Amino acid sequence: MPALEVDDLSITYGTIRAVDGVSFSAEAGRVLALLGPNGAGKTSTVEALEGYRRPTSGQVRVLGLDPVSNHAAVTPRIGVMLQDGGVYPGIRPLEMLRLLADLYPDADDPEALLERVGLTHRRRSTWRHLSGGEQQRLSLALALVGRPDVVFLDEPSAGVDVSGRQLIRNLVRELATEGRCVLLTTHDLDEAEKVADDVVIIDRGRVVAQGSPSELMTSGRSAEIRFGAPAGLDVAGLGATLRVLVVEESPGEYRVDAEPTPANVAALTGWLAERNLPLADLRAGRQRLEDVFLQLTASEAPHDDAEASVRRGRRARRRSRTT
Amino acid sequence: MRRRLLAQARIELLLTLRRGESVLLTFAIPMLLLAFFSTVDVLPTGMDDPVDFLLPGILALAVMSTAMVSLAIATGFERSMGVLKRLGSTPLTRPELLGAKTVAVVVIELLQLIVLVVEGYLLGFRFDGAAIGTALVGAILATIAFAGLGLLMAGTLPALTTLAAANGLYLVLLLLGGMVIPLDELPSGLRVIAEALPAAALSDVFHGALGDGSIPGRAWLVLVVWAVAAPLAAAARFRWE
Repeated sequence: MPALEVDDLSITYGTIRAVDGVSFSAEAGRVLALLGPNGAGKTSTVEALEGYRRPTSGQVRVLGLDPVSNHAAVTPRIGVMLQDGGVYPGIRPLEMLRLLADLYPDADDPEALLERVGLTHRRRSTWRHLSGGEQQRLSLALALVGRPDVVFLDEPSAGVDVSGRQLIRNLVRELATEGRCVLLTTHDLDEAEKVADDVVIIDRGRVVAQGSPSELMTSGRSAEIRFGAPAGLDVAGLGATLRVLVVEESPGEYRVDAEPTPANVAALTGWLAERNLPLADLRAGRQRLEDVFLQLTASEAPHDDAEASVRRGRRARRRSRTT
Repeated sequence: MRRRLLAQARIELLLTLRRGESVLLTFAIPMLLLAFFSTVDVLPTGMDDPVDFLLPGILALAVMSTAMVSLAIATGFERSMGVLKRLGSTPLTRPELLGAKTVAVVVIELLQLIVLVVEGYLLGFRFDGAAIGTALVGAILATIAFAGLGLLMAGTLPALTTLAAANGLYLVLLLLGGMVIPLDELPSGLRVIAEALPAAALSDVFHGALGDGSIPGRAWLVLVVWAVAAPLAAAARFRWE
């Protein structure tokens, strides 16, 4: 039995279809990342699993149970980290942890957990005096204090500094090693690439891709070379030299539609060297998760209109300069 | 179930007593009003010793400040900050949460009672022939009515609106509740309105139970109606997010 099952889930708010036939499942001992742009339906999907929202159609199962009708059986076995914290402003970290520890049947030691998320030195501060990153760490600890079988993390590293991010990633991997199922939503593709075993990408309420990060990154187009360099290169000139199409997909991120052969790579780097241009990175045959994500979600997406028109405008200006 | 309820009640109490404005509202203001107007005889209480009128009125104010104002403000912020949502994903059930809030309100009221009764006694109030049981029934009915009103505001209005509304209502009911100013002193139109509100009804019950013994039947009726209607309205309208 999978730890989490989402089967043809749809959720509508009035006339808006926030989630439209989403299906996926997640196993114990694995980390599943739910990716998608803002408004894609990530939070609605997670809230249905957490029992906050009744599906309009389709069904969700947590540990084989319906999280709404079996609420009392599900809550002792799940841990939830909300995006906005949900903590009393005047409470101290250990007090909140102890409160939740008392609410769960078999809780973890609050002191040890506080240390595990690196907040022991902030034990005297109240929630409202913690920094954004510290609040995220405490929220994570609160999601774990009940020793849950399934952990829901909504944007766990939003607003967290680099060391905090590292700590959270390590913790998430430890949870999977301990045999728990972790579902996290994130905008941070780098994070998903590093911590997730499975990735589900949703856009406008539908699943557009799912698989392991490496499957997703090697799927897509592979007959191409991607590189990072200063924005605004003369792509037409480079394309003419290489005799293939070169596109600046986003400022400073380029795609060369050519087989990643040593000769092509040499021609590309030679062209850059002649102009004394620095090369930020070079990827051949394998895309980053970000590339996959942008291909799947950026095309004809209404929510990216502004950004896309900026890009189109820049391209148009460049064209007019070259002619 | 008991462990969860008590853990939650402990935190509710701890946080209430830690919030300065809540302590100001529930302890400092009633104590100051009682001391000031008992020693400075400027109110038209119609009694030889103003404390005889003031203590029952201030006890009614204490019940209102805890069960309505303090509860509304705290719950309103818990709702807007997602605390109620957060607790909803834990094994704490809604009846347990409500039970915990009830325990916290009753404990604060008992602390207020002790402090104010001692203060009133020191200021010269005598409890000879007080109908404690009658006063207790009135306090319970009023607590239910005020808590219902408080939760109705907290569960339907934005947190800052709740804060303003609860404090505004506190002031209005303080003046129209027969707590420091006898209802007889109000102009007749205002008095009719005041008598239909739970604050004045509770004052009437306390004044009767702790004083001359006469409680108008209207006061009981008003209290019972509010104690039924307010929680029902709150239960029907309360939104958790």
